[in-house]
Amino acid sequence: MQVPAPFDYARASSVDEAIALLERLGPEARLVAGGHSLLPMMKLRLATPEHLIDINPLESELNYIREEGGLVRIGALTRHRDVLASEVLARHYPIVREAEELIADPPVRNRGTVGGALCQADPSEDLSAVFAALGAVTVIRGSGGERVVTMEDFHEGPYETAVGDAEMLVEVRVPIREHGGSAYEKVKRRTGDWATAASGVALWLDGANVGAAGIALSAVNPTGIRSTRAEQALIGRPPSEEAFAEAAALAAEDCNPATDQRGPADYKRHLAQELTHRALRRAAERALAS
Amino acid sequence: MQITITVNGEPRTAEAEPRTLLVHFLRDNLGMKGTHWGCDTSNCGACVVLVDGEPVKSCTMLAAMAEGHEVRTVEGLERDGHLDPVQQGFMEEHGLQCGFCTPGMMLTARALLDSNPNPTDDEIRVAISGQICRCTGYKNIIKSVRWAAEHGEEVTA
Repeated sequence: MQVPAPFDYARASSVDEAIALLERLGPEARLVAGGHSLLPMMKLRLATPEHLIDINPLESELNYIREEGGLVRIGALTRHRDVLASEVLARHYPIVREAEELIADPPVRNRGTVGGALCQADPSEDLSAVFAALGAVTVIRGSGGERVVTMEDFHEGPYETAVGDAEMLVEVRVPIREHGGSAYEKVKRRTGDWATAASGVALWLDGANVGAAGIALSAVNPTGIRSTRAEQALIGRPPSEEAFAEAAALAAEDCNPATDQRGPADYKRHLAQELTHRALRRAAERALAS
Repeated sequence: MQITITVNGEPRTAEAEPRTLLVHFLRDNLGMKGTHWGCDTSNCGACVVLVDGEPVKSCTMLAAMAEGHEVRTVEGLERDGHLDPVQQGFMEEHGLQCGFCTPGMMLTARALLDSNPNPTDDEIRVAISGQICRCTGYKNIIKSVRWAAEHGEEVTA
């Protein structure tokens, strides 16, 4: 039987109370939301928090998807199933539904949260790449107030984020921009598995040319999820097969996959190139149709 | 700690460690063995129960997290001596062989039909995609859910 090591359990009834509990209990305290990243880690003793602060009672405060002021704001406790079902997100950013359909499986998506996925910062996790491609920012709250951190600064490396000991991620903000298109491409071995490799792409047109681009890969980089050189290669050029091929080659060249049970590094690098190319093609079609 | 969960409509209370997972709380603290305990890693879906009507893998949820919520297990499918149409469908269409995945499969089917009374085969496949049948009876499971969708009203009448 796999069960977590013993811990003390507390339930927070507000964000302020959760932060106060984190401050009082110190660095051996962890927040738990859906629990689908943290509880498996605790069963394996890869995480052994002394205190667990359950933030599931914060649904009314932190589970929301709101379009306002040129942004879509997503609460940290929004479940994967809510993200998948959101018409607002699907309309503005097709990449989000494409990624969510391939995250874990329906019962897991009923529990797992956006905040939990981002804070786990698993290198094969999908939403970090999705939000990085879209140019999203995260909102981190502590007792001293809130700070806004870009997605690529938030995701510091495997299982490391910008969230401090007595802080919590409360919101993701995704800018709404016109003339854009986005897409997600992922290869995984079976339903429920993590990505072998995945590529998230967003493009915004400025007239006939690409005005801005976001390309972020999952499962092929220990740190750094954005492919900056690949993005730069597209800007100021018309969206063409030639430009896509060049950008996809740069994304593959700049990634740093590891050989593991999901495949050899060469294969993952090949996937990074092919998946980026396909995602660019589809994102551009959507941008041109917008 | 003392944990009170509404299970199949009745409040049930037991003393358990905070680290107790919902699957073990149901089976060991409440003695309800209908919920099966499989892989322990939220992969196989044998432990699926409904929490507030939604399928959840009970091996990856603390019992304490279910406090104040409605849990429905396979024991709660039959009502007043009448099988749920999903249970009847699994009998009619041979939706099980060894039966290990069956409680979770039937609860997922119940939740699907509650929100979508006439699902397509593809919608059924997606709904059960987080649950493994190692007798490879997926085709018959899909037929069983279809049977329940088509005969639901006459069985419950």
